[in-house]
Amino acid sequence: MAGHSTYVPQNKAARWLEKRLPVISLVRGSFVDFPTPKNLNYWWTFGGIAFFVLVAQIVTGIVLAMHYTGHVDMAFNSVEHIMRDVNYGWLMRYLHANGASMFFIAVYIHIFRGLYYGSYKDPREISWILGVIIFLLMMATAFMGYVLPWGQMSFWGATVITNLFSAIPLVGETITHWLWGGFAVGNPTLNRFFSLHYLLPFMIVGVVLLHVWAFHTSGNNNPTGVDPKSDKDTLPFHPYYTMKDLYAIVVFMLLFAWFAFYAPNYMGHPDNYTEANPLVTPAHIVPEWYFLPFYAILRAIPDKLGGVVAMFGAIAVLFILPWLDTSRVRSATYRPIYKQFFWIFAVVCVVLGWLGSKPPEGGYVLASRICTAYYFIHFLVILPLLGFFEKPKPLPASINEAVLEKNGSGQPSGAVAAPETKS
Amino acid sequence: MATTEMGEATRRDFLYIATGAVGAVGVGALAWPFINQMNPDASALALASIEVDVSNVAEGQQIKVMWRGKPLFIRNRTDKEVEEAKAVDISELRDPLARNLNLPADAQATDENRAAGGAEGGGADLGEKLLIMVGVCTHLGCIPLGESGDFDGWFCPCHGSHYDTAGRIRKGPAPENLLIPPYKFTSETVVTIG
Amino acid sequence: MKTLISTSVRVAVAAAFVGMAAPAFAAGEGPHIERQQWTFSGPFGHYDKAQLQRGFKIYKEVCSSCHSLDQIAFRNLGEAGGLGYDDDQIKTLAAEYTVQDGPNDEGDMFERAAKPSDRFPAPFPNRKAAEASNGGAYPPDLSLIAKARAVERGFPWFVFDAFTQYQEQGPDYIHGLLTGYEEDVPEDVEIPDGKYYNPHFIAGPAIGMPPPLSDDLVDYPDGSPTTVDQYATDVSAFLMWAAEPKLEERKKIGFRVMIFLVVFASLLYFTKKKIWRNVAH
Repeated sequence: MAGHSTYVPQNKAARWLEKRLPVISLVRGSFVDFPTPKNLNYWWTFGGIAFFVLVAQIVTGIVLAMHYTGHVDMAFNSVEHIMRDVNYGWLMRYLHANGASMFFIAVYIHIFRGLYYGSYKDPREISWILGVIIFLLMMATAFMGYVLPWGQMSFWGATVITNLFSAIPLVGETITHWLWGGFAVGNPTLNRFFSLHYLLPFMIVGVVLLHVWAFHTSGNNNPTGVDPKSDKDTLPFHPYYTMKDLYAIVVFMLLFAWFAFYAPNYMGHPDNYTEANPLVTPAHIVPEWYFLPFYAILRAIPDKLGGVVAMFGAIAVLFILPWLDTSRVRSATYRPIYKQFFWIFAVVCVVLGWLGSKPPEGGYVLASRICTAYYFIHFLVILPLLGFFEKPKPLPASINEAVLEKNGSGQPSGAVAAPETKS
Repeated sequence: MATTEMGEATRRDFLYIATGAVGAVGVGALAWPFINQMNPDASALALASIEVDVSNVAEGQQIKVMWRGKPLFIRNRTDKEVEEAKAVDISELRDPLARNLNLPADAQATDENRAAGGAEGGGADLGEKLLIMVGVCTHLGCIPLGESGDFDGWFCPCHGSHYDTAGRIRKGPAPENLLIPPYKFTSETVVTIG
Repeated sequence: MKTLISTSVRVAVAAAFVGMAAPAFAAGEGPHIERQQWTFSGPFGHYDKAQLQRGFKIYKEVCSSCHSLDQIAFRNLGEAGGLGYDDDQIKTLAAEYTVQDGPNDEGDMFERAAKPSDRFPAPFPNRKAAEASNGGAYPPDLSLIAKARAVERGFPWFVFDAFTQYQEQGPDYIHGLLTGYEEDVPEDVEIPDGKYYNPHFIAGPAIGMPPPLSDDLVDYPDGSPTTVDQYATDVSAFLMWAAEPKLEERKKIGFRVMIFLVVFASLLYFTKKKIWRNVAH
């Protein structure tokens, strides 16, 4: 990472520090001088956006933890205390609750960008796998966070999801009792979820750093999927991408603020404003929207263990994706058939999400099964075969050439001269 | 040519400065809710003022009530205690100030300035016998014990501070007299504290 | 080959959409709830003080005999962006109620007049007692009811709701429920003894609560019409305030935040453009 830095300490104090802890050159090498492909489009800003939301979640979360009480008798009321009495408590809670949704929006776009442009392929497999681990940690964190307000959906969501583990043969019951710290979801469960909900985000930050380290070692992918070949193909990260990312983050904040201030309960479920009651199950138990596709997969299989396996399989298949896709071309821009399948896959995922919110009856079940089957066929059949049957379009010789072609002028005129910092 | 470049540079600088300034304003505005959330909340402020009926505190007795999370000592002193307190020469005191939030900050620590008799509304028949203080040692926040110590007043067991019968510090590490909270008699017998 | 796949793909996707959207339209999930006009909807929404005070009167004189309001303290009635009562009014109002306090020095619990910092006392000592007095049906706490009830809107309405900021499902529902009682029970509906027919009830159509409102039931000092519809509207607005007392502050701050973000984003856009002006990308 530090290898890209041309940093030379200018004064005595900086030289002293550099000799002992080269933190300045590390940061400069990674986020200032780092050579970044110059053709990254706005889909590439969602990594930075996701990191911004992660930090926002941690900050608002620490604030909420100062006022929250992790006890079954008091949790629900302490959340209302935050909403009514704590100075700006309503703001903190709405930012945090909607921030979870924003995090998933940013990360889902980030994931689909990776799928479209083949960012998971050689040599970025590790970065991709770390990303899937982040995704899993996020899901665990979001799930446990949703339990903390101790509303009806909190309680019954926790009951349903922890019961997934009871599907494991032989040790299932033992594991669920271990997870609950009792014979049902109760105070021990709430307490451990609070503890873990506080811990996991910091683990996410750790894995994010590894994720960045990994693709900074291989270099960024880019919309052409062609590796940078010369200085003409890249720009220093700062100021070009710092400003572009910052602009994108502020635009994203508009969306965030829209929900947090004007429709704060749009993403939530009304049942969670009723305190948890272990004697009454809500009519429909629905997870938060970001879990719906996986929830649809779970319910599509008419077998307890099978459903759980399918649901976890839907994420597990992402781990081996780099080896399932046999095409050597990265970007869908140059893969005419994959491009079509990508969009079908995206639509199937959205439809699965919608199906997950529907009661498991009639036509919904059939539709869920078709979509679930397609989800797996996409990864396990279509991607391996496409590599052999698809004829990719010719790749550009370099990023610079692709940029020139896109801008409609075949020759490098004044307008496309290398950036001033490079000349 | 040179002028154009100059003009461009100025315009660009202005844009950068404006963007930076607006960003700084945003960060500043965003910081406030995060700081303010740690201040006492509405439910705590609602309990910041309490009403106490002092009519059934017998002579020589002390009641403790909670106010803002701390104990208040409300003592109906005996005549002997009042006399002892009055007999003290102000110049002998470690802290010559009254430390009474109902009086100006420079009021002298006479017994009249410490007892509730001086409060607005009178304190009526209890008058100078009634003493209302925050029961927190001015050293490091322990609760002093009543009717003990070398001066028949209060004694803090944590670090050995002795207060007299008017709650004035006489011996030990505490720097100030026990604090008199702001209060007001809303009737002959009911005092509103805070 | 490519065109073939592309066409078939498009047809398949379109078919899937139509096929799946159809049941959503057909099913018409949950009761039909008519939308009402609220002063607190939209980006500049604010509460109507007079309406909240009337709604509170309905709660106090009608609902409170069975329904608690656990999250609300008397002092809340004086908060900005709410009912706007002054300190003396709140003190007087609180003193009308008795609450349990203690233990005193003898170790006994005792009753005293409520203070502004106290919460509204519940009509029943606990859930079991509430159920026992109401034929087994639990009258839910009303502090959050306006956010805890919503009839699912279904596709595609829920998509539009994100853009139109429709957040008033709760009060719309409460209004619909309170005005939705019907005397004539359709033949195919069976209402058990002790229950009432209300097609607007989310878990209905049989509801345990008897019709709570009737014309001229509660006196309005400000001359507003004393009709069931007016009562239902007012109490729905009051319950929305009870569930979301910071709504006005939230929307006001939100507007400033949006303006700021638009300005800042535009500045950043031009800054970014300026930085990139000599780079083809």
